This record gives sequence, C-alpha cells and structure tokens, in this order.
Amino acid sequence: MQKKFGGSAIFLDRSDINTDEIIPAKYLTEVTKEALQPYILEDLKLDGFDPKGDDLKNATVVITRENFGCGSSREHAPWVFEVNDVHTVIAESYARIFRQNMFNCGMLAIELPKESIDELMQLQTSGKVSVAVNLEAGQIKAVAGGQEKLFSFAISQFDKALVEAGGWVEFADARY
Amino acid sequence: MGQTLAEKIFASHLRDEPFQGTKILNLDRVLCHEITTPIAIADLIWREKDRVFDRDKLKVVIDHVTPSKDTKTATQAKILRDWARRHEIPDFFDVGRNGVCHALFPEKGYIRPGFTVIMGDSHTCTHGAFGAFAAGVGTTDLEVGILKGVCAFREPATIRVNLNGTLSAGVYAKDVILHVIGQLGVNGATDRVIEFRGPIVDQMSMEARMTLCNMAVEAGGTSGVCMPDMTTVEYLWEFIQDEFSSKEAALTEYQKWVSDVDAVYASTLDIDVSDLEPQVTYDYKPDCVKSVKEMAGTPVDQVYIGTCTNGRIEDLRQAAAILKGKTIADSVRGILSPATPKVFSDAMAEGIIQIFMDSGFCVTNPTCGACLGMSNGVLAEGEVAAATSNRNFNGRMGKGGMVHLMSPESAAATALTGVITDARTL
Repeated sequence: MQKKFGGSAIFLDRSDINTDEIIPAKYLTEVTKEALQPYILEDLKLDGFDPKGDDLKNATVVITRENFGCGSSREHAPWVFEVNDVHTVIAESYARIFRQNMFNCGMLAIELPKESIDELMQLQTSGKVSVAVNLEAGQIKAVAGGQEKLFSFAISQFDKALVEAGGWVEFADARY
Repeated sequence: MGQTLAEKIFASHLRDEPFQGTKILNLDRVLCHEITTPIAIADLIWREKDRVFDRDKLKVVIDHVTPSKDTKTATQAKILRDWARRHEIPDFFDVGRNGVCHALFPEKGYIRPGFTVIMGDSHTCTHGAFGAFAAGVGTTDLEVGILKGVCAFREPATIRVNLNGTLSAGVYAKDVILHVIGQLGVNGATDRVIEFRGPIVDQMSMEARMTLCNMAVEAGGTSGVCMPDMTTVEYLWEFIQDEFSSKEAALTEYQKWVSDVDAVYASTLDIDVSDLEPQVTYDYKPDCVKSVKEMAGTPVDQVYIGTCTNGRIEDLRQAAAILKGKTIADSVRGILSPATPKVFSDAMAEGIIQIFMDSGFCVTNPTCGACLGMSNGVLAEGEVAAATSNRNFNGRMGKGGMVHLMSPESAAATALTGVITDARTL
C-alpha cells in the first residue's frame, strides 16, 4: 500500500548528514523498527537543531542538502524516519544506499537542484513550510504564510513502481 | 566499444530489466551479519516466506558485537544463529570461529573474480578487490537477496583511478586510499564504481587491495574493484586448485573479467603516489585528509588497530615492527583486534601478539566492536582516538568522540608517543 507523502517540513541545512547522525550505531541492537522511534537524528551536528524539539516532532518532511544519508548501509535510517511519520525527504542529492533504502521501504527520496532547495530554505522566512507532493505529476507545492512555490521533480520508473507497490519486497515477490 | 569489469559482470548476471536503466542481477553471494539480518529474517517470517534461495550462496557471521555484550545483542545473535541452523546454512561462523565479515569471507575463499556480492553492510565494496562487483545494501535488499537471489542496481559508470609511481617506505594502501578520497570527496563517486589500476595496484597484495576497495564507499562508490591477476590466483589457489589444471589456467579464466583496453570511463584520475606521505583524517568526514606531519603532536586517548580496513596480518606486521621492544605512552589505551581467528593465530605464531602485549596493548577477540562504538573500546565524550578504521563521523566510536583515521604503522607510532606521529620520525 502506498504511503502518505508531504506535510510539515523541517530544514536540515547541511550537506553530508550521515546515517550515524540519523540513528547512532548503539541503537542498532534493536530488533524492531518501532523501538528506534525516540532516537531520531540524536547525533546530528547542526547549530540550533534540537532532536527533542517540536519542529522535528511535528515534521513529516525533511528538506536538506547534498549527499544525505552517507555512510553506513543501515536501513535503520529510513526506518527511524518511517516510525516518526517522515515519509518524504527532499535533498540536493543522496548517498546511493540510503536513497535505495528509502524507495525499498516505499518512501520518497526526491532530488531537487540546489537553486530549488535554496528557494525552499528561503521560504521559511514567511512562516512554517508545508509541502504537498503530487507523485503522478512529479510536482511539489510548498506553502508558507500565504506564499506558494511549485517545483518539478523526476524519479525513475523503477523507484516510482516501488513507491506504488509499497516497497521492493512486494515488487520482487510479485515478479521473481 | 569495450566493457569495464563492472559492465561485464552486469551483462553476465542480468536477470531482468523491468525499466530502462534498472538492472536486476543474479547474486553469487549474499553475506549476512547479526546487525542488519535479523529484521530481514523477522519480516520473512511475518510474510510466511521464511526461505533461502540457495543455502550455499549465503555466508553468515556474527561479528559486530561478539561475544554478545547484553540481552539485546544476544537476541540478535540468537535470531541469526537459529535461522542459520533452521536452513542448514553450512557456512555460519559463531563465537570462536567468527571474525570481521570483510576479512573473514575473503580469507575463506568465498569471493571470486566476476562474482556479484551483496551484504547489509556498506563496506561490502571491500570484496571488489577480487575483481567482483560487491555492494553494500540495506535490509530490504538483503531480504530480497536471501529470498530470491536477486538485487536491483542502476548500472554504475566507472571512475578509473590510475595509481602510478613508487610508494615511499612507510606509505601504505591506507595512505593511498585516504588521499584518493580527499581528491574525490565524500560523494565524488556516488553511483559509480571505482576501478583501482596502475603499477601500484599491480604490486599490492590482496590485503592491501582490500584496504583500497574497503573505503570506496567513503567517496560514495558503489564498489571498489581491482583487476584479477596472478596475485588474486595465488591468494585463492588453495580454494580453487581442484577447479583448474594450473594457476595459469585459472588466470586465463579470471582475466576475462578484466576491463577491455577500449572500455569507456566516466572519468579518470591519474595520481602519482611517489611523493605521498602518510595520511590522516581531521574533522568528521573521511575526505578531510592531511599528511600525518601536518597533524603531528595532536594528543590521543586511545589507539585502535583492527577492523575490516586494516585488521589483517600484513597490517599487524606493520604495526608490530614499530612497537617491537617499546612501550606505549601512559596516556594512551592501546587496543588491538585482529580481524579474524586466522589473523589472530598467525599473529601469535609470528610473535606479533606478544609484541603488542609487551608494549602495553590490550588484545581483544576479532569483532567490529569499537569501530562503530558498539563495544570493546567506546570513547567517552571529548576523547580522541587514532584508528585504523574507515569512518571518522561525529560520535562514530562513542558520543562526543573524535576519530583520526590512519595506517597501522602511523597508529602504532602514535601509540608510542601519545600524540599523532609520523612513524618515519621515530
């Protein structure tokens, strides 16, 4: 079943945020996804960011910079987003394994060029940013304090099929 | 138009192309450890699909936290152990026979030129040293690999890195790869295979080639690869001698995977390593690289020698040569974790373990442990480690800790003085 995308955004204005920052290795001893929930972004090195703050608690979309999710292959990184209802990440670029893990879980890892991410970051000055995702049209609508901006994105046919199927296990099981 | 090694492997293993640009490959090896596999197992059970596609192609080890340190890690080990027994997986390595996956599996001869290899571990790229396509994946890819023996990839273009010149004494594969990552940047090879070529690689042992390929992912690379040659054949010979009439015959077979001379590359990086000095990382990204000389004098609290990057016998020999007859600084905790039981016992036979112990090192069993701050040498807030591992991320070896990555020789020299030290100045 397809997940819900879009919603309230949190901005992580830094490149190269790694999976150790998203979910530290000491929590990899958990054997359920749900148990990861309290530890989201616990070790993120970013000025002014509070992993226990309301901004993160209310967010269902992460907007960030280059090479997001680099480092470890741990799918615990997408999972900790998933169990915190963050199903959409929008970034300039991703590390390969993280990006694939997102789609494999039926979640969205959207790439936008730097200029668009800059515009989204800028939009924060107008108020809380909310994002609507139209997967069919490949469009994102970002709204903040009466301001509205539209962005187009492309994902591969395969990644789209994974999102529609609800993940890679479902897709592969039906086919191989 | 010729093909790269990666293109040849993709063409020979292609199972399906459901959409243009998406390649579903048949897998020769699905490697499993106790951190990323248990959730795949649980999901397979939940889906009532608790099966394996080919038990002989699965290789399984408990390595990250072993022996188990608490109830949670004991549970992870038990899930993996019970699963391996239930499916009668012949190659399962438990306490006493276990070691760091990317050192253990090559040592057992499981990785061959032309193979496709996945594991739920980012440093799976290590195995490309054998001329294989080896990629780290997440748990869902692992789960499908276990069940169906396939994995999906965007066919990666290849970056060719030509390593030319001559390495100076005291400069090793670790220094070379840190330098290469410094050149490429942490995402310079994303969705790319890094092909290591040139006279420097030709002269390297398999151990050194594994050190190179191990860190390909730190530049974002899908796999690092080296071309199979007589060094590869010699390393594998004890495992393949029944398959071939001679080493030359094995070499002829394996060389069909070597990239064609007219293969097309995404880019080529020519590096003359003749002037390269021992390298070390600073800050929290593996592309933040300087010469050890520039960082000399930085105090460290702990020196950690081991891991899938530099825990092999050659690495231990290099460190022991520096430590022999000397004592490490009072201010430093030295920890050696030989990567596999074979490395451990070979090191004992060669007197290396004694040298480490006499110098004041603690010698632990083979495990990933401290490298990712899970056990056996976690740092306290504000502490600094010199490590032969592959990641210097914030908090990697313990919350609030700093890690400086370097070669075993530099790490040993640093242990002696208590500050980052170029071994050539001792």
